[in-house]
Amino acid sequence: MLSSSVIVGASFAYLVVLFGVALYGDRRADAGRSLISNPWVYALSLAVYCTAWTYYGSVGRAATSGLGFLPVYLGPTLVMGVSWLVLLKMVRISKAYRITSIADFIASRYGKSRLLASMVTLVAVIGIVPYIALQLKAVSSEYGLLTGAHPGSSGDWYRDTALYMALVLAAFTMIFGTRHLDATERHEGMVAAIAFESIVKLIAFLAVGVVATYFIFDGWEDLFVRAAISPDLSSLLSLDVAGSKADWFALTVLSALAFLMLPRQFQIAVVENVDERHLKRATWLFPLYLLLINIFVLPIALGGMLRFPSDVIDPDSFVLTLPLAEGYSTLTLLAFIGGLSAATSMVIVETIALSTMVCNDLVMPLLLSSPRFRRWAPHDLTGLLLLIRRGAIVVILLLGYLYFRLAGQAYALVSIGLISFAAVVQFAPALLGGMYWRGATRNGAVAGLAAGFGVWLYTLLLPSFAKSGWLPMAFVESGVFGIELLMPEKLFGFGDVNATTHALFWSMFANIGAFVAVSLWRPPTAVEAGQASVFVDILKREPRGAARFWRGQAKIDDLLALLARFLGAERVRVNFSAYAHSQGVEQIEDLQADGDLVHFAETQLAGAIGSVSARVMIASVVQEETLGIEEVMNILDEASQVRAYSRELEEKSQALQAATEDLRAANERLQELDRVKDDFMSSVTHELRTPLTSIRAFSELLLDDPKIDLAERKRFLGIIVEETERLTRLVNQVLDLAKIESGHAQWHDTDVDLIDLIEHVATTAGQLVRNRQAELALVLPPAVTVLRVDRDRLIQVLTNLIGNAARFVPEHEGVVRVVLSESETGVRVDVCDNGPGIPQDAQGEIFEKFRQASGSGGKPTGTGLGLPISREIIEHFGGTLWVTSEPGHGAVFSFELPQKLAVSASEMGEPT
Amino acid sequence: MTQSKKILIADDEPNIVISLEFLMKREGFDVSIAGDGEEAIAKIRSDSPDLVLLDVMMPKKSGFDVCQEVKGDPALSATRILMLTAKGRDTEMAKGLALGADAYMTKPFSTKELVDRVHELLGLNA
Repeated sequence: MLSSSVIVGASFAYLVVLFGVALYGDRRADAGRSLISNPWVYALSLAVYCTAWTYYGSVGRAATSGLGFLPVYLGPTLVMGVSWLVLLKMVRISKAYRITSIADFIASRYGKSRLLASMVTLVAVIGIVPYIALQLKAVSSEYGLLTGAHPGSSGDWYRDTALYMALVLAAFTMIFGTRHLDATERHEGMVAAIAFESIVKLIAFLAVGVVATYFIFDGWEDLFVRAAISPDLSSLLSLDVAGSKADWFALTVLSALAFLMLPRQFQIAVVENVDERHLKRATWLFPLYLLLINIFVLPIALGGMLRFPSDVIDPDSFVLTLPLAEGYSTLTLLAFIGGLSAATSMVIVETIALSTMVCNDLVMPLLLSSPRFRRWAPHDLTGLLLLIRRGAIVVILLLGYLYFRLAGQAYALVSIGLISFAAVVQFAPALLGGMYWRGATRNGAVAGLAAGFGVWLYTLLLPSFAKSGWLPMAFVESGVFGIELLMPEKLFGFGDVNATTHALFWSMFANIGAFVAVSLWRPPTAVEAGQASVFVDILKREPRGAARFWRGQAKIDDLLALLARFLGAERVRVNFSAYAHSQGVEQIEDLQADGDLVHFAETQLAGAIGSVSARVMIASVVQEETLGIEEVMNILDEASQVRAYSRELEEKSQALQAATEDLRAANERLQELDRVKDDFMSSVTHELRTPLTSIRAFSELLLDDPKIDLAERKRFLGIIVEETERLTRLVNQVLDLAKIESGHAQWHDTDVDLIDLIEHVATTAGQLVRNRQAELALVLPPAVTVLRVDRDRLIQVLTNLIGNAARFVPEHEGVVRVVLSESETGVRVDVCDNGPGIPQDAQGEIFEKFRQASGSGGKPTGTGLGLPISREIIEHFGGTLWVTSEPGHGAVFSFELPQKLAVSASEMGEPT
Repeated sequence: MTQSKKILIADDEPNIVISLEFLMKREGFDVSIAGDGEEAIAKIRSDSPDLVLLDVMMPKKSGFDVCQEVKGDPALSATRILMLTAKGRDTEMAKGLALGADAYMTKPFSTKELVDRVHELLGLNA
């Protein structure tokens, strides 16, 4: 036992320290050197999630279900894992629109709906006040346990520690929660205190864990071995007692959603967030905190069970009773302070969050919309606002205390933790759905919330009342009016899971079903569509996007006067001056009273009195046009058009890039062609210079020396003539090829009988063959199809081929054979020689310009253009020219002219 | 002239060879002839001429290859090379000189100029 004076003294000292920390935090904030603008503080303050319920209750839960306490922490860990997806969006929306609470957030999304704001507030108050009561109870009963006093509800109220605690907390919350009215609704001192409390409870719990594990017992192994051989405890080490898979899943989902939806979590994670970058650190730091505070839960639970085998000690209090029984009184005191810090941090933040909601979303909209209030209200409303806040704080805490006094040890209080969770997760469909689904409507949100809350009431809260003895159990055991399908914990016969899973399933089923169905039933109104786009696209768009949906007339003086009533004239002028500067305007009076300014004013006001009230007040001083749904849609369309344009622009620039690429490639091809042309010119130059060289050399020789003897002179002149002919031939062929290639050649097609033609060429070109004492043989069929082609061109081809053959056949025993044949595909001519043949790799080259195979006599005497020209001619008629050759066995040049050149029978008789 | 200088004419154009041969013989040089690059290399090694009139465009081995081989062989380093080409581009000339040719002339050439260059290269007029 510890003396009550020690405990009260320590508790009081602790609260004084807490005041000190909060005061310091506020001072620093006033001095502009924020204490909490720090990711560590942010992550620690998130640990307000760990309340007295978890501080004491996790061990209690572990004592009955082993690892079954874990899902409550798995959920938040998962949420932090995807914080960049959900939490970041919530933070950004809230910062842009100065959202002050979760009720404000939801109402704002659905067109600043008053109905929705008050519904959310009511559900939150009903769901959370008992939870506050639970914190009071925890502290009070642990205090009783330590001092030996009667815990809980018995005894005179004025001697009740819980009451005093409630009052002290009310004072703290009033001081640090409503110190001033701010357009941001942030409380730096309070957050600093909460972060401090998170450290205290963590240290206290770890200290108990270490002492229990390593001092009272001999470490983890000792504990687990002892537990394993104990018949009562061995089952705790298996997963069987930890609940079914469905229960695990449900509890994980429940705690994940609650982590986002609990008013205190929303307050700390979203409203009090200083810098969204702090989320990044918290993503791993907060889960780490959860891991640390849970690491000794099971050892303490096992230690308690081993130390107190009989059931006289409530496992929930092992954190205190274990060190106490072993004589660690200082540690016991520390553990108690840890529990106190868990309880107070929860109560403080929850109360601030709830009082803000009650004031901004419930009381103010009612007052402001009442004409009587407007007549009687004082000009400066700041005092009234603070009064309402403070009143709400006292009322909420006293309600909590009252519930604690009334419920006492009843089931309805003991089990309130998860029941509270289940209440606030009813916000999830409207809130999350609203952030991602444009089609969600106010009516959908109202219907979903009402349906979900109704089911929650019926399946969780009322049965808990019944189990507390406040209602007859009959409806729980056999359903309303005895209808079994309506049994609140076995709705429609679905009852193989625990009550929380059951309630979560049915309430979410009803909530989401109603939300989606009603949303789909009617399209969103103009205001809803505007807000929907603002919320859904927050990560893509300028935060001031909402101003686009405002049409009307406003006077800047009216706005200034209105804001001054709520925020104080001084602060308003400061804020407006800053805004004017950001707009590039010197004086506030020079500002344009446009949509942006009205939106700025409304946002400032929303930070103080919530978006619903702010909307009501702004609407009262400006003349607004109501935008139709079509106009809103047009504005949204414009935005999407802008996006489409920018996408188009992007595509165009990509196309441009591709075009540039193509151009570069084309340019390279052109340069390549230039190079080819260059090569051609270079070759032509070479071919021209070569004969010129001989001509000039011999002419000079003859000119220099008139006494050269006659035979020599004749020989030289012969060479000059020969080279001149070669030059002429070359010039003609270059021109010829150029003409054919450019398509300017003239073609004189007549009916040609190839037998005639070959016989004709044999007489003219035959001379070339006979010059080399070679034989020219013709192999001709009796008749072939007459073709319509250019006779002279074909003579040119044949002469070229026979001339080439003649140049390469060996002297004296050379044979050139010309074979004519006809097939279904066409008429074919082969010119065969018995020369050296052409190597395989050179067979393609010889058709290129100026490429010549070397003949038997060294230097070939052709121009190097004969074959390219021949091929061009044959291809002009749709035929092909090719070579087959095996080195050493002569070469065969062949061409085939297609049958389609055949002269039809009817044309045959006609003169050409 | 105590001993007539030896000149190798390497060209694949028979008529040009005839003119060059006549010209060089008239100047009193000892003339041998090669019709392609390979033959030219062989003759340079066997006859060790004092000067080679080397055509660039030849079958089997181009004049550039011959030049490179000759200038890369210390045993042949005394051999003067006068390159002749019908391709009159500057790059051709630069290439020839870079490979170590002693002079470079484009076809058609003036017979007088050619004779002067040959004398100059052989150090006969100096």
